[in-house]
Amino acid sequence: MTAANAAKTSPMPTLDVERLRADFPILANVHPHGKPLAYLDNGASSQMPQQVIDRLVHYQTHEHANIHRGVHTLSETATKAYENARRQVQRFLNAREDREIVFTSNVTDSINLVAHGFGRAFIGEGDEIIITHLEHHANIVPWQMLCEDRGAKLKVVPIDDTGTLILDQYQRLFSARTKFVSVTHVSNALGTINPVEEMIAIAHRHGVPIMIDGAQAVQHMPVDVQALDCDFYAFTGHKLFGPTGIGVLYGKADWLNKMKPFRGGGDMILSVSFEKTTYNAIPFKFEAGTPPISQAIALGAAIEYVQGVGLGRIAAHEHELLVYATERLRSLDGVRIYGTAKEKAAVISFYVGKIHPHDVGTLLNEEGVAIRTGHHCAQPVMQRFGIPATARASFAFYNTMEEVDALVAAVAKVQKLFG
Amino acid sequence: MIDSKQLYQEMILDHNRKPRNYGQLADATHRSEGLNPLCGDHIRLTLKLAGDTIENVAFEGESCAICKASASMMTAAVKGKPVADAERLVAEFRGMATGVLDTASQPNHLGRLTVFAGVKDLPSRVKCAILPWHTLHAAVQSQAVASTEGDNDPVAQSA
Repeated sequence: MTAANAAKTSPMPTLDVERLRADFPILANVHPHGKPLAYLDNGASSQMPQQVIDRLVHYQTHEHANIHRGVHTLSETATKAYENARRQVQRFLNAREDREIVFTSNVTDSINLVAHGFGRAFIGEGDEIIITHLEHHANIVPWQMLCEDRGAKLKVVPIDDTGTLILDQYQRLFSARTKFVSVTHVSNALGTINPVEEMIAIAHRHGVPIMIDGAQAVQHMPVDVQALDCDFYAFTGHKLFGPTGIGVLYGKADWLNKMKPFRGGGDMILSVSFEKTTYNAIPFKFEAGTPPISQAIALGAAIEYVQGVGLGRIAAHEHELLVYATERLRSLDGVRIYGTAKEKAAVISFYVGKIHPHDVGTLLNEEGVAIRTGHHCAQPVMQRFGIPATARASFAFYNTMEEVDALVAAVAKVQKLFG
Repeated sequence: MIDSKQLYQEMILDHNRKPRNYGQLADATHRSEGLNPLCGDHIRLTLKLAGDTIENVAFEGESCAICKASASMMTAAVKGKPVADAERLVAEFRGMATGVLDTASQPNHLGRLTVFAGVKDLPSRVKCAILPWHTLHAAVQSQAVASTEGDNDPVAQSA
């Protein structure tokens, strides 16, 4: 099918995608093997618009100094910009207070912070922590390490053949020993959107706090932590059109206050002597050392950009991409899609006949199509479906129906080559 | 930059479709498992050594086309050969795949195995091609497991 035909069969996107694409210089600058780039690896990392790049450059050329301790102009400017970014994140998540926003380096860091800070304060021998079969290794390994350390047990919510969590089983996993739940909002490997609102309510009925890993969610849909009533929520900058090296942990002030610090060092203390150290108030208690200042400020700019585009419109456009790409890939003989949950973000994991995903990925690159191949740091998901890896196309609002066509044409070419 | 399609040429696709010496030897004297944890390639190699000669060799496993074809062609190349010759091929193959050995200008014994020369331009796939050779080396050294990571990382060593 040509792009022109595709336009007829697919509904008109509601976003002015061509205009928005012009904001992303990398999309026009890079031509793998001389082909136009179809960047479909947004689940791994998204691209950065010129507005965010400009904010980084402006910060480095006009505002940079270390924060929170200088008395000079630059330090005050940088501190103001950094704390302004915190308020941008607060509004983005609709948190009650800005001190509930902790800057980390990524979601892995945010989860480790909670595993240590909450775990060392509240998890003891024989206690239980619930996660799910859909988790990224970042939401498995820190809890395993905590369990090993404290003699606690990990309980795992199973999934069905569509990649949907089995909620009945989730309810049944709770016991008097359950102390914490951590669950992904959207599966990075399959795209499943979990019913986190319901899961949070269930956890709270058992008096158990719950953390949501939003690494694959905030770029696709509006998130309101007060409406959700989750105790913790984490996301990262570089999947939200911002820079790498900046992550966010939202935590209810009550919990953050009760938790132990994660890393010790400068900025997280009120006073230090060799006899006794008094920790700083939240969120600073959790921000030891010089934080990623420019990255936090650029993340603020990325949030502003995304809010300008509108998450509702982003979700609508991506849903059209998902429906169209699913239908087109399914029309190819031998292509199997893993993850067919009713509620899905624009992520498609697939397998082409008996061709290993790495071969698919290498050959798709030849056609300018960038996808991720492998286990996506979610080996339990792969084991559940009895496959070593998948090819994964993950979309952002700047992707087009034509790029879906390029993906499908490239997959068809691989099938032909392998015969 | 190599055209990846040049790498996926008929010989490699053929060995991927119809791998030679596929399976396990019931009378193996040596065996090893090769693992590439990053991409999930996993092969099991069994060898029957008679003195210093590789009398028989077989492999099986789950892997991409490059890894499987490399394993298949490797078994064909080393069967009936002295262990020393096989080890020389291991070193040469590794040199070729990591770009240290230029097979066009430097003497070598790789013969048809030079179809894998292009893999040196695909850094993410070098380990796929080398894994079977690592596993062969581990098997003759009586090591149970070979990995493309850590001390054996071919990419790190050639960098």
